[in-house]
Amino acid sequence: MPIKVENVNFIYNEGTPYATVALENITFEIQDEEFVGIIGHTGSGKSTLIQHLNGLLKPTSGKIYINGIDITDKKVNLKEIRKQVGLVFQYPEYQLFEETVFKDIAFGPTNLGLNEEEIKKRVYEAMDIVGINRELADKSPFEISGGQKRRIAIAGILAMKPKILILDEPTAGLDPKGKEEILNRIKEIHDKYKMITILVSHSMEEIARFANKIIVMNKGRIELMGTPREVFSEAEMLEKIGLGVPQITSLARELRQRGIPIPQDVLTIEEAKEHIVRYLRGTKNV
Amino acid sequence: MFRNITIGQYVPGDSVVHKLDPRIKIIITFIFIIAIFFINKLSGYLFAVFYLWLIIAISKIPFSYILKGLRPVIVILLLTVSLNIFFTPGGTILYTVGPLRITTGGLRLALFMGLRLIFLIIGTSLLTLTTSPISLTDGIEHILKPFSSIGVPAHELAMMMTIALRFIPTLIEEAEKIMKAQMARGADFESGNIVKRAKGLVPLLVPLFISAFRRADELAIAMESRCYKGGQNRTRMKQLKTQPRDYAALAVTLIIVMLIVWNRSWTW
Ligand SMILES: Nc1ncnc2c1ncn2[C@@H]1O[C@H](COP(=O)(O)OP(=O)(O)OP(=O)(O)O)[C@@H](O)[C@H]1O
Ligand SMILES: [Mg+2]
Repeated sequence: MPIKVENVNFIYNEGTPYATVALENITFEIQDEEFVGIIGHTGSGKSTLIQHLNGLLKPTSGKIYINGIDITDKKVNLKEIRKQVGLVFQYPEYQLFEETVFKDIAFGPTNLGLNEEEIKKRVYEAMDIVGINRELADKSPFEISGGQKRRIAIAGILAMKPKILILDEPTAGLDPKGKEEILNRIKEIHDKYKMITILVSHSMEEIARFANKIIVMNKGRIELMGTPREVFSEAEMLEKIGLGVPQITSLARELRQRGIPIPQDVLTIEEAKEHIVRYLRGTKNV
Repeated sequence: MFRNITIGQYVPGDSVVHKLDPRIKIIITFIFIIAIFFINKLSGYLFAVFYLWLIIAISKIPFSYILKGLRPVIVILLLTVSLNIFFTPGGTILYTVGPLRITTGGLRLALFMGLRLIFLIIGTSLLTLTTSPISLTDGIEHILKPFSSIGVPAHELAMMMTIALRFIPTLIEEAEKIMKAQMARGADFESGNIVKRAKGLVPLLVPLFISAFRRADELAIAMESRCYKGGQNRTRMKQLKTQPRDYAALAVTLIIVMLIVWNRSWTW
């Protein structure tokens, strides 16, 4: 289900004194199986952008195609689109409302009109995927921990079996361990189901690890777009818009400036280690 | 969907109307509302129209904004007008539909009631459109203060209003966000019969209430940890001071009121 966004502009509260331009001339394409990272400063329009991808917001101008269907068209069946495009909001645990974890996860599939058997199957499946013990199914979603709530909210979307999974800062406000767990789950889901995955994040490290394409947003515009290597080689530009590069890339850059020949687009610690070790061996041999 | 509500919304600006002392503005609004009820002929509304036009022109509030303020009350307006048309006895009968009859008296009363409501809403929305919520509550507190000796909790009322006004936009924003999140899960808020729609609100209301209570709790703790304690002897950052322009505004309003009263004795 490829995504194609063409010249999208969006203005909040258009025609009032409170009008805010949130998106300007956004154009990009995402192919099947891609893992895309969207990164940008607070207020750069990330959340606004992804809400366009399942028709929750309609662009002020421009077109959005999902699998070739123009979802900005008035006649399009949005329910069908939302079934295909699963969107996990920022702080999704605040949307939990049912009496039990099971019922909450079942909310999406029930709205899709599935039968009870299928719903049950999907709910338990989703719980397994996000790593929630099945014993929690009958607990109230309000008496479990924050990290678990977050996972239940994600499970609620997964149970709808979307073809495209979009997550808005899924690690915000979690401790390092919780972050790591959620990210690994997301990676696993992507590897297993090969659905297009779009991850919105503030953290370069997170994005660098998983994404094969990065979209850098700044003040409602796409500032940079490309593979992690392409994007992180623009360190100055990223720093100018207040983002910076992953710590390891930054270390590599410092080393380079001091005359140690390390490529400036190193992304992972492993890679950096290799280059540094090779360099150290080289100097010793001389 | 909630954002179309403009009643109670402030449009920042730096016109004379914006700068008027909030106490004077509140009093003027009251005087105007009372004056509206004194009008007994159509020609009387000319003065009211002129007065409102004057305020709108000076304050530079877009007219479309004022019309939008009327939209949410259109149902009430239509209801009032039609009730008055059909159920007012008196005058000559123009038309009969079953037990209902339309009389000249009914038409006249409906027209007046409709106009009164419209002017009342425009008048009050001009007050809130040109006065920031903070100065509005400040004004109310000052006006109520003389009554605190007879037990009116002026400061507490004002504080409650400030907090409520402060959180209305937050709650609206929150409601929109939750709605969108549930719509992403396939929730449907827009179709179906009344029972289905009411049930459909549960996924919106439960999280909304939870977050409202959480916010209230947090606010209470934040206020207490900063030693907030009622209204006694609190000083303020902004002292209200009446200026010549406030008296001028009051004078203009009183002139309009006199004209309206005088208009009652006209023959047309
Ligand atoms: N519901 C709304 N009404 C009006 N303006 C909004 C609304 N939501 C966002 N904005 C504005 O649109 C711009 C983009 O906001 P958006 O939430 O998309 O940013 P973001 O990149 O997701 O930020 P964050 O990292 O803080 O989540 C901001 O200037 C914001 O103030
Ligand atoms: Mg956001």
